[in-house]
Amino acid sequence: MAHQKLSPRQYAILGLVSVCAPLGDTCLSQGMKQVASVSLSHPASLIAAVFTPWIALGIALLIGFFASYLTALSWADLTYVLPATAFGNMIVEMLSRFALHEAVSMQRWLGCLLITIGVGFVAQGPSLTERPAPAINTPSAEEEHVR
Amino acid sequence: MIAPASSVGFWPAAGMISAIILASSVGEILTAAAMKSVGDLDEIRAHSGLAGAIRAVLTCPLFFGGVSFLALAFFSLLYALNHLPLGLVAPASASLTLVTNAVGAKIFLKENVDRRRWVAAVLVCVGVYFLAH
Repeated sequence: MAHQKLSPRQYAILGLVSVCAPLGDTCLSQGMKQVASVSLSHPASLIAAVFTPWIALGIALLIGFFASYLTALSWADLTYVLPATAFGNMIVEMLSRFALHEAVSMQRWLGCLLITIGVGFVAQGPSLTERPAPAINTPSAEEEHVR
Repeated sequence: MIAPASSVGFWPAAGMISAIILASSVGEILTAAAMKSVGDLDEIRAHSGLAGAIRAVLTCPLFFGGVSFLALAFFSLLYALNHLPLGLVAPASASLTLVTNAVGAKIFLKENVDRRRWVAAVLVCVGVYFLAH
């Protein structure tokens, strides 16, 4: 593996990956609580749920997540980008504790600690697997002679 | 009326969560393969502008395969959230997907998943479980 150092802009894109996904999931969860029970025999009700405000906001946030996620995958490994998505859960936990003053159990703090250590582990390593350069097909001497 | 979580048995719940994990993992691995074949989007945008970067992504067939499976995972998640509590669906699907993605990246994307990344995947997996359970 070659050590690929990320630029501040690339770290900002990973930050967007972290924040947009959990906020989007939270909006989806809030939206689905307000939707009547969905049955497989009436799949159209699942499509109708997409147009409710919370689910629409969740989808907008998840589109932001997907755009930044695709950008990150174009210059980093999947196993490097994935922990960043989990790091967002920790940001939401911090916001709920310090901005919303909600109670956070010891188990949740332990979860935050484990995610932080895990992300730190990956972030210190290379972001991209080094691949051998593709072999260039040069015509052999015999082929050159035939020409 | 919202279906109570207790009305769903073990096997249907396991089936819903497995569907999310499977669709999500296949989608993410196909998407990652697509983006690797497209190349660095920042460089493409610098040369061809935003339209060029969007065109590069949209002309990659693997990308549509990935998006199809991610859409399937999304609707599976919506369906599961409608029948199961978030406290079960979120930790189980999020944490197990991390591990299946690491295995898939190693096998299909040939990523160098060294000991550092395995340890990180397991730590994040357990951390997500604690956080969302």
